[in-house]
Amino acid sequence: MMVLNFAELETVYEDLAVALDTVSHAGREVLLCKLSLLMARELGDLAQVQAMIQTAKDHLDTKMQQD
Amino acid sequence: MRPEGKGALESLYFEYPRFAAPGRAHVLEHTQHKVAIVGAGPIGMFAALTLARFGVGSVVFDNKDTFNDGSRAICVQRSSYHALERAGALGPFLEKALGWTKGRTFYRGKQILEFEMSHSDSEKYLPMYNIQQQFIEQYLWDAVTASDLIEVRWCSEVVGFGDTDGGARLTIEDTNGRYDCDAQWVFAADGARSPVRKMRGKRLNGENFAGRYVIADVQMDHDYPTIRRALFDSESNPDKTILIHRQPDNIWRIDYQLPDGQSEEEAIREDSIRENVAKILRDIGYAGPWELEWWSIYSANTLALDDYRDGRVIFIGDSAHIVPIFGVRGLNNGLADAENAGWKLARVLNGLSDESLMDSYSPERRGATLDVFENATKSARFMTPPSKGWEVMRDAALSLSLDHDWAGDFANPRQMEPFTYSEGGAVLTADAGVTGVKLGAVLPNETLSDGVYLSDILGNGFTMLVFGDVDVAKIDDQVEVISSAMIAAKYGEAALARVQARLGTQAGGALLIRPDGYLAGAWAVCDLEQIARQMKMAFGLGETG
Ligand SMILES: Cc1cc2nc3c(=O)[nH]c(=O)nc-3n(C[C@H](O)[C@H](O)[C@H](O)COP(=O)(O)OP(=O)(O)OC[C@H]3O[C@@H](n4cnc5c(N)ncnc54)[C@H](O)[C@@H]3O)c2cc1C
Repeated sequence: MMVLNFAELETVYEDLAVALDTVSHAGREVLLCKLSLLMARELGDLAQVQAMIQTAKDHLDTKMQQD
Repeated sequence: MRPEGKGALESLYFEYPRFAAPGRAHVLEHTQHKVAIVGAGPIGMFAALTLARFGVGSVVFDNKDTFNDGSRAICVQRSSYHALERAGALGPFLEKALGWTKGRTFYRGKQILEFEMSHSDSEKYLPMYNIQQQFIEQYLWDAVTASDLIEVRWCSEVVGFGDTDGGARLTIEDTNGRYDCDAQWVFAADGARSPVRKMRGKRLNGENFAGRYVIADVQMDHDYPTIRRALFDSESNPDKTILIHRQPDNIWRIDYQLPDGQSEEEAIREDSIRENVAKILRDIGYAGPWELEWWSIYSANTLALDDYRDGRVIFIGDSAHIVPIFGVRGLNNGLADAENAGWKLARVLNGLSDESLMDSYSPERRGATLDVFENATKSARFMTPPSKGWEVMRDAALSLSLDHDWAGDFANPRQMEPFTYSEGGAVLTADAGVTGVKLGAVLPNETLSDGVYLSDILGNGFTMLVFGDVDVAKIDDQVEVISSAMIAAKYGEAALARVQARLGTQAGGALLIRPDGYLAGAWAVCDLEQIARQMKMAFGLGETG
């Protein structure tokens, strides 16, 4: 499978940061979830998406989930 | 609850009958019964009608002096219409109920989904009909009173329960005093709080969901077709959910999730109800006058007994399971329970099957409940997200759905087709050569001629559909046999071709249909001796091998 090169990924990083700053605090979570659904659909590989959800969970303070 | 100044049963459109307990001499004289049914709610009455359909009498006890209060369940699905028709009770429903096929979902005032329930010209009835529960009970009651096999004892509470050698002994308390009576079998149709369940030491297991809903019925002259409307994050109930259904007599059902910051006590006060309903009506563009009929509060549960049978006691309806309203399965699944238990018990009592046939009741109907739970749990989480995670994902899906059709599917209420029963028990094992038919599912319907459907020509008990040249005389006389030649002669070759295409049967094959319309067996080659042997084993039917 093709992956983005670092320069492209950096553009995603920056665009996402800017996008996250344009919406409210609550909107930020929803934005990220919308993005996840859009990307998951395009990726078209359920097992890969599920593995990525697990990867994204790594190294986060579980207490923060309570919010 | 009803508005202040109104009597407990003072409805804008329904006249509640009042019943009295039977005379003392009568109850003391008639103490031996084949079947006792506890509860004359819709499910108890329908069970009595199903038994009567096969010539089996019953006595029904109910502790009230009239029907259930308020409209409660309002959506009756196609398979229930067929069940009502088989029991001879459908007529008045056809006149009164409002049929529908569509749902519309709105998010922040914008329509994000319009779904069509599965429907085609092959079907005799629409996927869903709306009618108030009072009318459902009234029409069942009318059919009950027309049968001389059913005795209903109102104002008669079952207060004691014991096992006897051949069944159970019930202690009844009515307006005139106490008495005991015996029954060989008992149907517990005594509702969600089921005293029989408690007397038998059984409990429901499962989950309760957090979201609370108010159910309010209002009468108004509102011009909108019979379509299920769901409103998410609307102006009148920000971040929350509203459901709107049309019922006969200009009655509209409005279900709304409690607005943020409203406690349960506050929400069910009449002034809060009026204020919330007024906001919702403004939101949907209704500006005319309206009257408040009845309201109640509700929370979603998925609860069921581990086993719907306890010896000679069979639990049917809400006594066996409580499901969330979003799937509209409470009443519909209860009717299917009653028909399932009813035809089986009638066969046992008529000496056609042995008692082991009853073993298939709980796996089949509990399976159907668990299937509803799975879907209803998904709907309930979408309608009332139980935690932050579910809420954020729901909001993401709704927000996406504003311009992506595929995301609208998350809002589909999943009002599914009837459950498919497993093979074994009361569904035979599929013959190896059979393709295209789904054993354990409801037999698909098809038109034969104008206004006549395949479902209309099935027998009252088992039916065998035989495609090809077979000596039908050899099949058990308890089975109604319909051959392809008979269909072709009466309705034409084109009708036969439609039926064969719809059922996916090959020439030379045979299908067995149960008294509840489910497909019980399919054979690629109609070997009558082998079929008879299989039927004998499963249902005590046919020649002994
Ligand atoms: C407020 C409310 C709203 C609802 N809304 C919906 C809906 O929108 N959609 C839906 O599908 N379902 C809905 N339901 C559920 C639906 O009404 C039930 O599934 C249906 O009534 C079940 O029928 P039943 O005959 O099993 O039980 P019930 O209708 O509860 O009947 C049980 C009967 O047994 C009697 N009884 C109880 N104990 C005894 C005793 N010891 N002796 C003699 N008689 C006894 C009771 O008086 C009652 O008449 C709602 C229920 C309620 C309460």
